[in-house]
Amino acid sequence: MTITNYLVLAAILFTIGAVGVLVRRNAIVVFMCIELMLNSVNLTLITFARSTGTVEGQVIALFVMVVAAAEVVVGLAIIMSIYRTRRSASVDDVNLLKY
Amino acid sequence: MPASVPVDGLLSVTWLVIVLPLAGAALLLLGGRRTDRWGHLLATGTVVAAFALAVGCTLALTGRAGRAVSLDLFTFIDTGSLDVTAGLLLDPLSAVFVLLITGVGALIHVYSIGYMAHDPGRRRFFAYLNLFVAAMLLLVLGNSFVALYVGWEGVGLASYLLIAFWHTRPAAATAAKKAFLMNRVGDVGLALAIFLMFAQLGTTSYAGVFGSVGLLAGGTVTAIGLLLLLGACGKSGQFPLQAWLPDAMEGPTPVSALIHAATMVTAGVYLIARSAPLYDATPTARTVVLAVGAVTLLIGAIAGCAHDDIKKVLAYSTVSQIGYMFLAVGLGPVGYAAAIAHLLAHGFFKAGLFLGAGSVMHAMDDTVDMRRFGGLARRLPITFVTFGLGYLALIGFPFLSGWWTKDAIIEVALDRGGWSGWLLGGVAVLGAGLTAFYMTRLMLMTFFGQPRWEDGVHPHEAPPSMTAPMVLLAVGSVAAGFLLVAVFPLSGWLEPVFGEPEEAAHLVSPLVVSIVVTVVVALGALTAWLYVGRREVPTTAPARVSPVVTAARRGLYADTVNESLVMRPGVWLTRALVWLDARGVDGAVNGAAAALGGGSARLGRVQTGFVRSYALGILGGAVLVAGALLAVTA
Amino acid sequence: MSVLAMGVVAAAADTGVVIGTGETIVFWVLAPVALAGALGMVLSKNAVHSALWLVLTMLSLGVFYVVQEAPFLGAAQIIVYTGAIMILFLFVLMLVGRESSDSVVETLRGQRVAAIVLGIGFAGLVGAGIARATEELPVVGLTAVQGTVGGPAAGNVEAIAAVLYGRFVLAFEVTGALLIVAAVGALLLTHAEREPGTQRSQKERSRARFLTDRPQTLPGPGVYARANSIAAPGRLPDGSPAPSSFATGVEPVRVDELPRTGSVGAEREGLPHAGGTDAALGTTTPGTTREGGPA
Repeated sequence: MTITNYLVLAAILFTIGAVGVLVRRNAIVVFMCIELMLNSVNLTLITFARSTGTVEGQVIALFVMVVAAAEVVVGLAIIMSIYRTRRSASVDDVNLLKY
Repeated sequence: MPASVPVDGLLSVTWLVIVLPLAGAALLLLGGRRTDRWGHLLATGTVVAAFALAVGCTLALTGRAGRAVSLDLFTFIDTGSLDVTAGLLLDPLSAVFVLLITGVGALIHVYSIGYMAHDPGRRRFFAYLNLFVAAMLLLVLGNSFVALYVGWEGVGLASYLLIAFWHTRPAAATAAKKAFLMNRVGDVGLALAIFLMFAQLGTTSYAGVFGSVGLLAGGTVTAIGLLLLLGACGKSGQFPLQAWLPDAMEGPTPVSALIHAATMVTAGVYLIARSAPLYDATPTARTVVLAVGAVTLLIGAIAGCAHDDIKKVLAYSTVSQIGYMFLAVGLGPVGYAAAIAHLLAHGFFKAGLFLGAGSVMHAMDDTVDMRRFGGLARRLPITFVTFGLGYLALIGFPFLSGWWTKDAIIEVALDRGGWSGWLLGGVAVLGAGLTAFYMTRLMLMTFFGQPRWEDGVHPHEAPPSMTAPMVLLAVGSVAAGFLLVAVFPLSGWLEPVFGEPEEAAHLVSPLVVSIVVTVVVALGALTAWLYVGRREVPTTAPARVSPVVTAARRGLYADTVNESLVMRPGVWLTRALVWLDARGVDGAVNGAAAALGGGSARLGRVQTGFVRSYALGILGGAVLVAGALLAVTA
Repeated sequence: MSVLAMGVVAAAADTGVVIGTGETIVFWVLAPVALAGALGMVLSKNAVHSALWLVLTMLSLGVFYVVQEAPFLGAAQIIVYTGAIMILFLFVLMLVGRESSDSVVETLRGQRVAAIVLGIGFAGLVGAGIARATEELPVVGLTAVQGTVGGPAAGNVEAIAAVLYGRFVLAFEVTGALLIVAAVGALLLTHAEREPGTQRSQKERSRARFLTDRPQTLPGPGVYARANSIAAPGRLPDGSPAPSSFATGVEPVRVDELPRTGSVGAEREGLPHAGGTDAALGTTTPGTTREGGPA
């Protein structure tokens, strides 16, 4: 086996996350799917760091984690405030901005 | 043409001739009701002063070499290659016109004081009259075609305003519009001619244009000549634009006398005479002038025979007489002097006739139907005498004005030689006979026979302010021809303008011509007596008449022709254009807008508000990009 | 795990890195687990199950990090993601409540099919592209940079620290600022706005309560009943359930139908009360009063 296995796995995980974003309506699950996509990217970064023999990939993966944490905090806060006003966590219910 | 001798003395203030009436008009129009009481006197005063000044200028002119003076006043238009200097040209031709305009104008102003005494719009009337005189003077005094054009439009405006002076009467308003529109047709021709001159020669001044006629291509000269003729036809009521002039009689009678008989309508003759160097270079256009004159002469005379409205008869007579003038100017250098002489004589007797008609109307409570006149000779002696003298002058009674000047034209026409000479001469003689017929008919129906007055009409002679101008004009009618042809030959006076009058070998002896013409005139008058004078005149026009009379009553179907050839196609064209505009242009615009609006409304449906739909688009884009990358690196 | 990593690194010590059998086994065991976790997360109807499936995937990924010579990130993955972030998710899930689970019906026409088709297409394209591009890619390994654990060279943490506080120090600081902003933002978003000074004193609240129709407290559940469950409504003197004692969000349960000595089926609506015991048991039940009134 080669590092290609990791990369293809990451690609498949990313795709599953993306499809999850498309098909799930619960905002929190959508958020989880986004986290999955971020994680698959992290796997790619770490794999390439190993492949090229540099540690920068790992550092960037660390940054991704930090930013993801910040994003989760803000995103969940947004979901909470939307839930408070609309009593719903479905992304389809937040559809006022349209034609 | 302009003299190089420095201009001094009275001649240097020639511009005052125009400015005086213009100032009068401005004062009356701007002064408002404050000038109501004395406005008419001021207006008359300005024209009388202008006449005095004109006489002085003309006398001063006689002593000068070349008998011409050109004044550059100020730069009128100075843009790029177009450089028009407003300037005046006083030469024998314009001097004659200035004298006619100011002289007859002054008399008619005096007449109007009496005629319009009780009209509430008297001040306005005099203001317009002054405006007209100023514009007409500018027309004849300008030293370039542009200045002429300004005056040309000015008299058109004044004519419109004065025809519609009683604008509350629908007939007057319609007649004014008709006159204005038909003049416009001619004015477009004149404007195009001026454009053509500027485009080809770069100048519009008389000196510049006439000095370089030789540089122009033959076709261009012909085009300019024909366009100028179109302008002249419009202004002078010549075929095919003659229909407006009889209708213009809706205006007050002094207006008919001044504008539509003596001065404005002769502007076309002035234009063609002034453009003599142009026409010298284009025999084609000159022949067309000739033809227009001959045709109009007959149309006017024939239509005049059948009308019962005294002013319309006189109007058709004017059309016919101006036809004589066009015929004369169309004959070339030999005819110019004759045309101008006839123009001056006509100015006198036709103005006199119109003033007489006005006096009759004044006496008959504004009735114009000759069938309701009759037997007025005793009631209106002064009017009868002056009108009679004008009548005799018009039909060419021996030794009166018309005899001298009309015979001259007929002679010149016959002298042309060949079949065309005989034809034109014949037409002119026939026209003289018809003139005698309709004028005699008019005289008989108005002044002789049994009174056929409507109830309650008490004819009375007009006040002196009206009769005095009539008397003066009658004197002019009697003497003008003799003075202009025999005593002070006009051809000699106009020599600096038209060149040495060549003494053509007469094909037919003048004596024979005179005798023939006189006989024909006598025959015409006799026929009229047989038809009208001998028997009772019915008070209503007979309905069962020959087609010729019907045609003549309708002005030889000029209006019908205009309507079917111009108006109805114009209406159809307008309707088609409106349809095209509403359906085609608007449809395209609205259709495009609707298509855009509908399209964007449908496109806007893509914005569902569902984030997942948008995300699907993003993923689709990502697939495309990945596929493209793969395809590129493959 | 670190043992596995050590083995891999040792095996690849001299000729770059050759991925060893141990790592292969780990991969082939954990990759299906990660995929199963991902699919489970997407397919679970219940959001809590989704979160648990995601934890599984993240744990697998953490192991992959460690195997790929990134032990620090592996630890961080487990601590930060599976530990902190997923707990946050679960916390919000509990706050939002159980009705937040999805319905099965897809409302957007064609969305599901299109998403799946596009997903398969994307995965196929990207996977094929990656496979083609990286098949021959040599694996340098990180031994030269971070050495082996416990070896003479600096370890993984030191190597990351050197880069993080060296080249990326500015980005590091900015990320710190980002975290602060995120924290403050979350506070702002979730903070219920209340004007200062609008909080009423006890006196005011008491007065307001006595101005209503019902100054006293609402009856507690189970009052006049024989159960302490919050689902058991209180009873009126005639034995019927007292509506004012219904707990919000809970279906009232007829406790009397539960088997009970001496009174099975005795109390039914409309039937005369079997005994006065229940009524005598307590007109009030201290400790179960509920705040009433408009506060």
